[in-house]
Amino acid sequence: MENNRNIQITAYKTIVRKEVLRFSRIWKQTLIPPIITNILYFIIFGNLIGERIGQIEAYNYTDFIFPGLLLMSVITHSYTNTVSSLYISKYHRYIEELLVSPIQNYTILAGFITGGVIRGLSVGIVVILAAQFFVTFTVHNILLMLIIITLSSTLFAMCGFLNGLFANDWDDINIIPTFIMTPLTYLGGIFFSISMLPGVWQDLALLNPILYLINALRFSMLGITDVSIMFSLFIILLFNAALVSFCLYFLNAGKGLRT
Amino acid sequence: MNSSALVINNLTKTYSNGHKALHGIDLDIQHGDFFALLGPNGAGKSTTIGIITSLIKKTSGDISIYGIDIDKNFVKAKTYIGLVPQEINFNTFEPISEIITNQAGYYGVPRNIATPEAEMLLKKLDLWDKKDQFSRNLSGGMQRRLMVARALIHKPKLLILDEPTAGADVEVRRLMWDYLKQLNDSGTTIILTTHYLEEAENLCKNIAIIDDGKILENSSMRTFLSKLKNEKFILYTEDKIPRDLNLNGHHFSLIDDNTIEVSVSIDSNINSLIHDLSIKNIKVKSLKNKTGRLEELFMRLVDKNGK
Repeated sequence: MENNRNIQITAYKTIVRKEVLRFSRIWKQTLIPPIITNILYFIIFGNLIGERIGQIEAYNYTDFIFPGLLLMSVITHSYTNTVSSLYISKYHRYIEELLVSPIQNYTILAGFITGGVIRGLSVGIVVILAAQFFVTFTVHNILLMLIIITLSSTLFAMCGFLNGLFANDWDDINIIPTFIMTPLTYLGGIFFSISMLPGVWQDLALLNPILYLINALRFSMLGITDVSIMFSLFIILLFNAALVSFCLYFLNAGKGLRT
Repeated sequence: MNSSALVINNLTKTYSNGHKALHGIDLDIQHGDFFALLGPNGAGKSTTIGIITSLIKKTSGDISIYGIDIDKNFVKAKTYIGLVPQEINFNTFEPISEIITNQAGYYGVPRNIATPEAEMLLKKLDLWDKKDQFSRNLSGGMQRRLMVARALIHKPKLLILDEPTAGADVEVRRLMWDYLKQLNDSGTTIILTTHYLEEAENLCKNIAIIDDGKILENSSMRTFLSKLKNEKFILYTEDKIPRDLNLNGHHFSLIDDNTIEVSVSIDSNINSLIHDLSIKNIKVKSLKNKTGRLEELFMRLVDKNGK
């Protein structure tokens, strides 16, 4: 048992190190693009359009949209890291290095997810640094902010992992970002408060899980939210628990990995 | 101590498309063996190896490695195995030294222990000066050697080589053979699948031939080769061979004026054949086996199974 624990710990550290080195080696592709994208958002939506919109709940528009933009960058990159890393390792078959070794499935999952979270957090840090020139960076509750960012990042790293397991070709790895993540993120209240929506659309918006992530992060940074923070945390934890279960179930079943 | 390195009992595999790849095979490979698992393409060799290494899920049957049932304690069982797969499967964007030390990490070997071990292996396999290069920049032969180094980094007791020299040139194959012999001499049990039957004949002590998911033969190499009743030789002569040549009961055919193919019974002596020819003033310049002995037997067995 002790020996197994040591193997799993060493293997976990190895996967994490490998994942971090993988995205660090290509930092121009992984860390620079979110800076450029967010600067464009700040200039176009914040300064050009935002000035005409005015203030929302006592915050100017750039400050209001910043938590959503930050979250979008973090979750997109957490997702991308795991889906691309897992799918490429399947495509080039070096996933077999892991599969033939004595690593438990939970260790494989934890390693990939941690890699995705570290990339998400790294992107979050560079986006916050770039934002200093455009927004008034405020933090209402730093602990809550770190918890929300980490849990959101974990959630989408697991989405990427699941997508990577199921993906059979390159097109498949874009299914979740194109048809689920992007629409839900844009409709999840990055650029608006749901109180600005007409009646039925407010109710529909509440069905969007990303709304809760954005509002929870906005509350941790600005102290304002459209929904209950406790309920948001519950939703985030619920989705995390569900995705851990799905990932382990499909890993144990060998989905996409073992014939 | 259990002397069996690998025991397979009644192993079956039916793929989701209904193809039955293994029909209940049994194998018992002893510690220290150099074992050849041979068979034509699609016979079930890679499926068997895939199941042992858990890349493929078995349908039924039992496998134990050094007495450890893989279903009951796969973590411990897998620490005993090293695999050199058939196809190159590196992360081509990783430096060679990283590939080796990462593999060690997956087996629970910490980096500070794996690094000097990797240096030793890469030096032995003549890859040390390439350690910082990406594997995609290596030649095919170097990539094959890297796969062997990767499989050995955690010091497995059982090394499984699935066509390790496929596509490698003669020099690489010879280097690999020498190294594998050394490994086996030092106590590593080796299972080899290969299409180069000469390779299996030279290296292996025991053999199993699998075809259509069934084991057709499982014996020592010596016992198996002794089943060959006749060997065919090609003789190259200095003198022209007459068309009406008679060779005292040896079956033969003329290939050209100076080349003859002769079938020699395992009980008779090739010296008598050469003597017969010299009496007829035909000097033999050189001779060779038409096919390897193992190849001859292998073809007969597989052909018979096909019929």
